[in-house]
Amino acid sequence: MATKVFIPTPLRPFTGKQDVVELEGRTVGELLRTLITTYSDLRPHLYADDGRLRSFVNVYLNDDDIRYLQKEETEVKTGDTVSIIPSVAGGAPVDTSVRSSREGPPLTNEEVQRYSRHLIMPEVGVDGQRRLKAGRVLCIGAGGLGSPAALYLAAAGVGRLGIVDFDVVDYSNLQRQIIHGTPDVGRPKLQSARERIGAINPGVEVVTYETQLTSKNALDLFADYDVIVDGTDNFPTRYLVNDACVLLGKPNAYGSIFRFEGQASVFGVKGGPCYRCLYPEPPPPGLVPSCAEGGVLGVLPGVIGTIQATETIKLLLGAGEPLVGRFLIYDAWRMRFRELKLRRDPACPVCGDHPTIRELIDYEQFCGVSPARAPVVEPREMDSETTVGDLKRRLDRGDNVFVLDVREPQEFQICRIPGSTLVPLGELPSRLAEIPRGAGAPDIVVHCKSGVRSAKAARLLADRGYDRVQNLKGGILAWIDQIDPSQPKY
Amino acid sequence: MSCLRIADDALDAIRRHAAETYPDECCGALIGHARAHESAPSVLTAVPLPNQTEEGPRRRFLVRPGDYRHAEAQARAAGVELLGFYHSHPDHPARPSQYDLDHAWPNLSYVIVAVDGGTPGAVASWRLRADRLAFDEEGLEQTRT
Repeated sequence: MATKVFIPTPLRPFTGKQDVVELEGRTVGELLRTLITTYSDLRPHLYADDGRLRSFVNVYLNDDDIRYLQKEETEVKTGDTVSIIPSVAGGAPVDTSVRSSREGPPLTNEEVQRYSRHLIMPEVGVDGQRRLKAGRVLCIGAGGLGSPAALYLAAAGVGRLGIVDFDVVDYSNLQRQIIHGTPDVGRPKLQSARERIGAINPGVEVVTYETQLTSKNALDLFADYDVIVDGTDNFPTRYLVNDACVLLGKPNAYGSIFRFEGQASVFGVKGGPCYRCLYPEPPPPGLVPSCAEGGVLGVLPGVIGTIQATETIKLLLGAGEPLVGRFLIYDAWRMRFRELKLRRDPACPVCGDHPTIRELIDYEQFCGVSPARAPVVEPREMDSETTVGDLKRRLDRGDNVFVLDVREPQEFQICRIPGSTLVPLGELPSRLAEIPRGAGAPDIVVHCKSGVRSAKAARLLADRGYDRVQNLKGGILAWIDQIDPSQPKY
Repeated sequence: MSCLRIADDALDAIRRHAAETYPDECCGALIGHARAHESAPSVLTAVPLPNQTEEGPRRRFLVRPGDYRHAEAQARAAGVELLGFYHSHPDHPARPSQYDLDHAWPNLSYVIVAVDGGTPGAVASWRLRADRLAFDEEGLEQTRT
């Protein structure tokens, strides 16, 4: 049985000018495959490289779009006709210039001298430098990524730099957060950041926000800025920054780092993808370790934060090729850059064609880290816990306690609870023989750095039939704080 | 370089349509005589079509299948051919964007009119290469009606 397939005008040169061809096939997909086999020049125009029909190719069975039938599996019966009907789409380039109309205040003689290496490049020039001077950039976080980003943006002459942070400088920050120095330990990060920026470029207006970014304040905070630099280290804030940027139509110079790998992109530009197009859902809580848990090469945020600053400067200039629709992955260990193509997802809940998220939501809950969702994640009874004070008393009394440390060997080298046994969490299932059990076996107290990994380990042991397993609240950090301050924290 | 001939009236209609919809994009179909022997294809009429995009008409246009069919049927009824489509680039040059390229059909002329602050400017016509990697500009020759 042959089925009539109607060919639209632009494709007729490929079918010998015929507007109807008759083909054999049981389903629409079979017909189309026969079509592109018979007339092979059609293939690239109908199908994308991934083998899917191109978005602007519409296939109708009689009067119905097969998208709403069984797609290419739609069966064809005697007398049916199939039509290929174009959608014709296009448009001007997406405008990545954030403030093309604002030319910015004139430059002083001192500024001309300061920015001369910019001014002599035609891509920047006086006009571009004035745009930077008029530019307003908000850095979320003055940490690993925020440090280099803020330093370079200040040096480049961005007029106003806002910084959101509520942390104080810790010794463990100094390995990578180069906007802070050793004398700053214990001081608010905003203070040291302000001083460093002032020293580099007193012409920059620094606005500090000593607060946690939340769904309540994000839109107000972002409203005054042209570009948002996301230097956050956790998923709730990352989704919050993304959604707020999309809702306000502000570009998000995104970066993230872990161990030796960094990522960067520009999200939230009209027509371009957002973070949710790439990751519609956050990972289950605890699955992706933070830098505090997994570590990070100190220089890595230097590379990624500097890329974020570069993208921000191009966005303010409205020039160059921004990292929109491209996802850059940097592997510092192998020294490789890779680039993934990224497209706006028409079904994206926040930047898609029919967005379902039209205001900011509860991101702690969305990412499963707030109590509201905790019972769903852990439907079991409360896990048994103990405190460092209690453990210390039992050890001093000479109770029969088996202290199980589930951290990694390199962490064990830094500090440990005396008498503890090291079995890293990942090796625990295959090393259960080393954990005493049965009649007369000691109580087991599991610990890690701060209590997350050990909670998993305690659950694993309980599942394997160990009773009297307790998780040490606060981990070895609590032990050092409350019991043994002579040991170093990390 | 191939060439597209276009009637004065049709070109004026495109410019007017582009100015009217500014700052949004406009779109429409081009119908006329197909290429024959030595003569270039020749646009007789520009048929305005509704911009049905859901991605924001400032930077996008979309002609849906129903309107495409309508344009093709209109050409057939007049005994001529569908030659291509036009659209405007508000405050952008009359050059195809990456998005234009990603969504382009072969064997059609894509006429783009730049609109600068509401005033129609340069008009250029483009055809997709067979390998889909780029557009080639084609000459645009105005004809008296």
